[in-house]
Amino acid sequence: MTARASIIPFRPRPQRAEKLISNGVLGMLLFVFVEVMLFAGFISAFVIIKSRAVGSVWPPPNQPRLPFEETAVNTSALIASGIVLLIAHRMYVRGKESVAVLLAVATLLGGAFVGLQGVEWLALIREGLTLTSSTYGALFYTIIGAHAAHAVAAICVLAWAWVRMTRGRLSREAMSTVALFWYFVVLVWPFLYFQVYL
Amino acid sequence: MVEPAVDLTHGHPHDDHAHHGPEGWKKYLWSTDHKVIAMQYMFTGMFMALVGGFMAYVFRMQLAFPGINVPGFGMVSMGEYNALVTNHGTIMIFWVAMPVLLAAFGNFLIPLMVGADDMVFPKINRLSFQVFFVSTIVILASLVVEGGGFAGAWTAYPPLSANETYNLTPLGSTLWVIGVGLEFVAFLLGGINFITTLMNSRAPGMRAFDVPLVVWMIVVASILFMLSVGPLLAGAIMLIFDQTLGTGFFNPATGGDPILWQHLFWFFGHPEVYVVLLPAMGVVIEIIATFSRKKVFGYRIVIFTVVATGVLSFFVWAHHQFIAGIDPRMANIFTITTLLISVPIAELCFVYIATLYGGSIRLTTPMLWALAFVAEFLIGGVTGIFLGAAGADIYFHDTYFVLAHFHYTFFPIAIIGTYAAFTYWFPKMFGKMMDERLGKWHFWLTIIPFNMIFIPLFVLGMGGQHRRISNYSGFSELARDGFQDIRVFATISLLIMLAAQFIFFYNCYKTWRSGPKAPRNPWKANSLEWTTESPPPHGNWHPDEMPVVYRGPYEFSVPDRIDDYWPQNEPPQRDS
Repeated sequence: MTARASIIPFRPRPQRAEKLISNGVLGMLLFVFVEVMLFAGFISAFVIIKSRAVGSVWPPPNQPRLPFEETAVNTSALIASGIVLLIAHRMYVRGKESVAVLLAVATLLGGAFVGLQGVEWLALIREGLTLTSSTYGALFYTIIGAHAAHAVAAICVLAWAWVRMTRGRLSREAMSTVALFWYFVVLVWPFLYFQVYL
Repeated sequence: MVEPAVDLTHGHPHDDHAHHGPEGWKKYLWSTDHKVIAMQYMFTGMFMALVGGFMAYVFRMQLAFPGINVPGFGMVSMGEYNALVTNHGTIMIFWVAMPVLLAAFGNFLIPLMVGADDMVFPKINRLSFQVFFVSTIVILASLVVEGGGFAGAWTAYPPLSANETYNLTPLGSTLWVIGVGLEFVAFLLGGINFITTLMNSRAPGMRAFDVPLVVWMIVVASILFMLSVGPLLAGAIMLIFDQTLGTGFFNPATGGDPILWQHLFWFFGHPEVYVVLLPAMGVVIEIIATFSRKKVFGYRIVIFTVVATGVLSFFVWAHHQFIAGIDPRMANIFTITTLLISVPIAELCFVYIATLYGGSIRLTTPMLWALAFVAEFLIGGVTGIFLGAAGADIYFHDTYFVLAHFHYTFFPIAIIGTYAAFTYWFPKMFGKMMDERLGKWHFWLTIIPFNMIFIPLFVLGMGGQHRRISNYSGFSELARDGFQDIRVFATISLLIMLAAQFIFFYNCYKTWRSGPKAPRNPWKANSLEWTTESPPPHGNWHPDEMPVVYRGPYEFSVPDRIDDYWPQNEPPQRDS
């Protein structure tokens, strides 16, 4: 019986454990997981409804085709923005004083993406693709709209980060947190693009 | 955006801003103290439990005595009956079980048990409660708007939920979806805090396997919630669009698919069962270990089991849809996974019994609740095996058997688990000791009527009585004399149980007025929350006595020690 006490390991000087991931980045990572599952839900809805289309005709007849080629331009703007932010982020974390210019470029490229998407939506509405015209239209506006909402929110956050950066008050951790959200917005887009537009 | 965590190192005492916390009524609007937020969640949840309990009283009266003028409510029309059962389910799960067990006890216990002075993101925590409070107002408002509350069952299957010409509650159903959606957002914010706090704010010396099981279980539950809720949020957005903008996601006439909603809902809905179950399981194991003065049997195995349960819970959802027209081969697969998931849960029950075995058991009020949890949940789990098998489920589907089954799981979780946790941590939360004699009266007068309500309902279900019928006398093949007597019996049992809850409220009032003051560690337990004052001060510990951890939380009855407990923070030098 007396042997039991010795089983308990003796710890001379308890130390605070090293953080694997900083608080802000971990919190944002968890949030991004939720967002990934949200878009997974949308995509599965899209796939199920598409697989049940009458006569397997998709998009439905009498509905305009989505501008796959024009959207490639928007897509490249978004991906370029992601790459610019990646460079800025790495430079900042490695100790560069300010990357305000790169951050501004990334933000403006993101804004260009949203603006071009908006122009495209106006054209589609004129051609007769609306929320109520078919489930095709409804899915398109819901899924792409959800992404656009995320993009707008992320651009606001990037702009906020830029303001803080120009005043020299953006912490490295905050930069990583903001960047992580934008990477999510950028990386989820190709999946939506190939799934919904093709 | 990024709220810097309060620095926990000894060099920066939390006391600096202890005097800057909001005072008076402002405290309840703007406090970021995790204990205040926990209390806000708890009391909102308890208020909603009263609302949900009142609904149960009204529709059970209508079931037992069809067409009577229910005291306190009046006549119950069919539409009102449906609205009552719908919102009873919604409120009891989303506004009682989740805020009390997950949010209130998660908020209260996690920082205290891991030895932190607050959550990692206190302002996000505050936002979480504020969003939750708005969602509470929305769901209550949905009950009184024109057309009445949503009446399409808490699962909200379309087309009934999507089309106002079917459900006749254009405002109520939309507000219902918005309320539930806001509530999810609140718990997402809370869950981010829980997981980050466990990962990054543990006291010096606290390793992953020194964390009390209840914290582990609340965090695993939060992870499950966060992984499962996304698809349901997507579904909720599509449902709102169907209701208000006229899209046709769930309408077959426009190429939509009503079964799609069922998949999105139950992909969330089944993990949700474990989201509320795991915190209750964790509470119970803490209490059982403390009051049997024994180390938890198989601490690590419990954690691995809980994680395995969480993984499996994502592959069982379609057992809710066996008769919804899904492919029979798919039904076979989901039968197998459903029966598999009973294995880890049964394992947990055996762990609890093995922990009790040979202990010196003290039957205090919290211990009685904990033991009752194991016993009653076992009945719920075992009857679930019948429903998990597709063959039996075809006959039991939508009968009172299903209803009795899930009340035998949710009542132990939401009510027994809450009472266990509340009575166990009451001294820590309010600094007073509750009256044991009144507590035991309350216990027995709750547990016995609870079984008298729901065991008869198993019989009704096996007799083929369908759910969601307000008046059986209108259906000649369902109306049998004997069955009506059973319904009257169940309703009278419910009245006894509801009346017994006043003992609890009286006990709380009496304790608040004149209860004896609680010492720091009334139950002689080991985990860190018992090492601070009762109730803990702002910042949880005084800055110079922030805890340091030397051992796991369940070192009870260690040989060669005079005390039969060994607090986690006690330096080993004092021992021989």
